[in-house]
Amino acid sequence: MDLYLPIANLSVNALVIVALGLGVGLLSGMFGVGGGFLTTPLLIFYGIPPTVAAASAASQVTGASVSGVFAHLRRKGVDLQMGGVLVAGGVLGSMVGAWLFKILQAMGQIDVVIGVLYVLLLGSIGGLMFRESIGAIRVSRGAAVAKARKRRHHPLVAALPFRWRFYASGLYISPLAPLLLGFFTGILTMLLGVGGGFILVPAMLYILGMGTQTVVGTSLFQTLFTTAVATMVHATTTKAVDIVLAILLLLGSVIGAQLGARFAARARPEYLRLLLAVIVLTVAARMLLGLAWRPDEIYSVTVA
Amino acid sequence: MRRAGFLALLAPLLMAQAKPELVPDVSQRDIEIAYSFTGAELLLFGAILYPGGRAPAAGEKPADVVVVVKGPTESVLVREKSKVAGIWVNADQMRYRSAPSFYAIASSRPIGELVDERTRAIYELGLDSLQLSPASAAAPEVQARFDRGLVDLKRRNRLFYEAPRAVEITDGVLYRARLTIPARVPVGRFTAETFLIRDGRVLAAAVRPIEIRKSGFEQFVATSAEKQSILYGLVAVGVSFLFGWGAGALWRRF
Repeated sequence: MDLYLPIANLSVNALVIVALGLGVGLLSGMFGVGGGFLTTPLLIFYGIPPTVAAASAASQVTGASVSGVFAHLRRKGVDLQMGGVLVAGGVLGSMVGAWLFKILQAMGQIDVVIGVLYVLLLGSIGGLMFRESIGAIRVSRGAAVAKARKRRHHPLVAALPFRWRFYASGLYISPLAPLLLGFFTGILTMLLGVGGGFILVPAMLYILGMGTQTVVGTSLFQTLFTTAVATMVHATTTKAVDIVLAILLLLGSVIGAQLGARFAARARPEYLRLLLAVIVLTVAARMLLGLAWRPDEIYSVTVA
Repeated sequence: MRRAGFLALLAPLLMAQAKPELVPDVSQRDIEIAYSFTGAELLLFGAILYPGGRAPAAGEKPADVVVVVKGPTESVLVREKSKVAGIWVNADQMRYRSAPSFYAIASSRPIGELVDERTRAIYELGLDSLQLSPASAAAPEVQARFDRGLVDLKRRNRLFYEAPRAVEITDGVLYRARLTIPARVPVGRFTAETFLIRDGRVLAAAVRPIEIRKSGFEQFVATSAEKQSILYGLVAVGVSFLFGWGAGALWRRF
């Protein structure tokens, strides 16, 4: 079923895009990540121009995180105060991200930067997650003893001035720490079209020292707003948001997200994390190959 | 008076005595891009009017027909990747002031057999004879390298192609050719040029415009994204919210 995308200026097989959204949604429901880190590269691989892919993937992540945010709000799993600070940082970050995007695009290096960022981020996060989940699996099998982790934030966070009380998270830290975290995630959202959940969640756990009961909900809350802002910024600056593409992706991903959430309720979390780690590392390895191997196309043409 | 008018009408035919003339047409003057657009097939056809209204005799050398469909020209920046510190990055670049966004040439015989290099350069016949006016000064061999890169890339995207022997000539007077236009073409004013060639000389040439534009919903989306970008962004965000929320709400019911 071929469908013409009015902004990307090409026709795609609608079923392929819906299936892609379904697969990504399945993962996002299972792991609580937005799935943007998979959507953007897969769309580019399918032949969608990188800018359109990043811009439209952002709006797909918005849709994928909405139902999650509502679910977490109902069981009070969102620290709205923390989320507000993160979103404020995220909005600033996406403005800076848009500016960086423009400069890099003019220099012709945007694709390389996207590739390098993907390899670094996914490689390191995937590696950490892989190690952590293997450790957890060993513990669950009784092969190792779990070290009681003292829930403390990073010393650098403690050094920041003016502390606030974040009651829902049980933290007394400077709002500058989540503001900066939100800021960097905002830049990434703009550049890569990712929600940033896969960076936010570990950072909130290990750097801010938030409790697990509010981490996922608050991260989804930040993702929801930052991707919505990123969509707006893309719509007004790069004008690359393809609403038809976004709707196709959404159609698949919202269904996939619900299926994934049901499946995740039955699976064991450490195995799920291991699976996610393997997926993340595979994407990173694929991107690395793309950077290092002689590309199919040496030349690229942009309309000036 | 009536007689004078009649003569005026006949004038082109009478004047065509010296050289053959072309009466070209295309199957579609307007191509509308709608949701189901996967490309279009253009039929370029027409007649060759020989002086005196007779077809060339069997012994006479037949004329050849070449048709060229060109997309609107655009100014492009071509970048060349090279390996820097282990990864492939865009290094060198070249700017062209006007390169055709689409170029397809069909002919009754391979174009190299019909005309010499000079004529091909004048009429831009063939992918190696395009006038790609570069905006930045560069050494000829560098420019040739970028020209080849651009043409090769466009060719593999099927935006540039040559179709030798795709023009059929029936009885020496009627010709037709089918050219496909892929879905990736930009919108704008295209031209279909037809050339009549004999003995390495262009005897007649004619141009017909073809308009390619988005229609209906596609047109609406493209213009709103361009002109009403804030509203467009809000709608995109709203749709995403609605989808996410709707799916969650629906799912809880079952």
